[in-house]
Amino acid sequence: MPGLEDLYREIILDHYKSPRNRGSLEPPAVRSEGHNPLCGDEIEVFLIIKDGIVDDIKIGGQGCSISQSSASMMSAAVKGKPVEQARALIHRFKHMMSIDEGGEEPDTSAPLGDLEALQGVVKFPVRIKCAVLSWNTLAEALDIAAE
Amino acid sequence: MSFDVQKVRADFPVLAELINGKPLVYLDSANTSQKPNAVIDAMTHFMQHGYAPTNRSAYQLAAEATDKFEGARAKVAAFINAPKVHEVIYTKNATEALNLIVRSWGTANLSAGDAVVLTHMEHHANIVPWQMLAAERGFTIRWVPLTSDGLLDLSNLSTLLDGAKAFSFTAMSNVLGTINPTAELCAAAHKAGAIAIVDACQAVPHMPTDVQAWDADFVTFSSHKMVGPSGLGILWGREALLDAMPPFLGGGNMISDVKLEGFTYAELPAKFEAGTQPVIEAIGLGAAVDYLSAIGMDNVRAHEQDITVLALNSLNDRFGSDITIHGSTDAALRGATISFAYRDVHPHDISQVLDQNNVCVRAGHHCAKPLMRLLGANATVRASFYLYNTPSDVTALCDALSEAGDFFTL
Repeated sequence: MPGLEDLYREIILDHYKSPRNRGSLEPPAVRSEGHNPLCGDEIEVFLIIKDGIVDDIKIGGQGCSISQSSASMMSAAVKGKPVEQARALIHRFKHMMSIDEGGEEPDTSAPLGDLEALQGVVKFPVRIKCAVLSWNTLAEALDIAAE
Repeated sequence: MSFDVQKVRADFPVLAELINGKPLVYLDSANTSQKPNAVIDAMTHFMQHGYAPTNRSAYQLAAEATDKFEGARAKVAAFINAPKVHEVIYTKNATEALNLIVRSWGTANLSAGDAVVLTHMEHHANIVPWQMLAAERGFTIRWVPLTSDGLLDLSNLSTLLDGAKAFSFTAMSNVLGTINPTAELCAAAHKAGAIAIVDACQAVPHMPTDVQAWDADFVTFSSHKMVGPSGLGILWGREALLDAMPPFLGGGNMISDVKLEGFTYAELPAKFEAGTQPVIEAIGLGAAVDYLSAIGMDNVRAHEQDITVLALNSLNDRFGSDITIHGSTDAALRGATISFAYRDVHPHDISQVLDQNNVCVRAGHHCAKPLMRLLGANATVRASFYLYNTPSDVTALCDALSEAGDFFTL
C-alpha cells in the first residue's frame, strides 16, 4: 500500500501552506468556478489574457491540500505563458493523472517542475478528482476568454 | 436481553477482515451499515432455494416467494408499528420514497400560493425534489432555522407553519446527529392543517420507531442503513392519503387493468410498486428487521448513547480547543453521528490519514450543503457509530486523528 509520503510530498504541503497567486481579479478578467460534488471542494480561477498570453491568474475557493496545492502550482506554471502552452499543460497534467481525453500523446520533454510532485496522487484514485479540479476550471476559463 | 457488543461483532463478517494487515474500524454507518450473516444467509438461501417471481405466477415456487416477499413487508410494518401492512411501500431507496411523496402527493395538492416547510438540516433528498416541483408549481418553501448548538429553532414554528400544506423534516440529522422531537413536530404540523412527512433514514436504524406514536403521515427510510441490503427503501404512509394519491411510476404490477383507452391502477401497495420488485432485497430487509428486533432497538439506542458519550468526551479530552464538534454535546439529544473540524486540516486530508489506519469516516458535505453553509464549512469529518462499534473504535479514531495532527502540523 502506498504511504502518506507518496501523496503528501513536501512541496505539496508548501504550496498548501503558502498558496501562490491567491486572490481574485475584477472584470474584464474572466472567472470560472469548479466544484467537486463528492467532497465540496471549490475552486475559482480568474484570468486575464493579453495578446495570447496568460497575463494574470488568481485562484480562489477552498478545499483539501491536494486540490489547493494543485491549483497553486498550476497558477505558477501557466502565468506568463502563451494560451496554447497552458492548454498543452492541462492536457499533459490530466494525462499524468491517468485521465485519457483522447488526442495526441502529450509532449513530456519539458520538465514539469513542482507539478512533478503530484505524480503520487495517481496511487490514490479517490484523490485524482481533487488534483484535477483546478485544471478543469482553468480549461473552462480559457474557453470563456476565447469567446 | 443483555447487549454484548462482541457477540454482535461476530455476526458481521466484514468486521473480522484485515486490510493491509490491520483491523477495520468502520465509522461510516450513517452513510451505510455493514451486514450481518443473518441477512447475507437469508438472501443467499432464498436465491439458492426459493427464488421466483412474486405476485404474478401460479406455481408453488412463485407462491412461496410471494409469501416471503409479503412476509418481509409485514415484518417491516411491525417494526415501525404501522397500523396496516399494505401501507408499507417498497421503493428503490429512501430518496425515491421522498420523490414519490413529492411527485404523487405534491402534484395533486400543491400549486402557486401554497407553502411547504422544510428545515435547514435536511439531506438533499428532502430538499431537491421539493425544489424541482416548486419550480413547476410555483409554491414556496419555508425553512426552519437552527440554534447555535445544532437543534431546530422552534421559536417561530407556528408562524412558519401557518397556511403550509406540508412539513417535511428529518427525525435525526445525518450531519449533526441531532434527534428532533418528531411527535411534537407532527403535532405542530397537524395543528396548522399541514401533513407531516418524516425522513427517518437516520432514526429507524438506531432507535425504536413508532409511526403511530409520532402521528406522522408519511415516513421514509432505507434498508441499507439498518443492516439490510442496498437497493431498497421504504415508504410508509397513511392509507387514506396513499389511496387518494395518483400513482408514481407506471408499468407492470401497479395496474388493475390496461386498455387502449387507458388504465386503472391496483390496490395498495401494488399501486406504487411498478415493475419487478427488489424481491431478494426485501427478503434481506426482513432478516435485518428480525436481527435488530432480537437485539432490541432500546438496546441499540442505549449502546450508541454510551459510545456517543465516550466519543464526545474522548475527542474533547484529547484535542480540546483543536477540535470543533458540530451539534449538541448532550448525548440525550443526539445520535452517534459526530461531525467535527480538526484545527484547520481539511477533512479530506484527515480522512486520508485515518484511512492509513483503516479508520473509515466520511469527509465531505454529507449531501447537506445548505447546512454546511450554515456551519461555515465546505466539508466536515463525520464519524458515525452503530451497534457493532466498541470503545476501542473510539480510541482508534482518536489515535489516528492525533497522527493526522502531527502530519499536518503547519
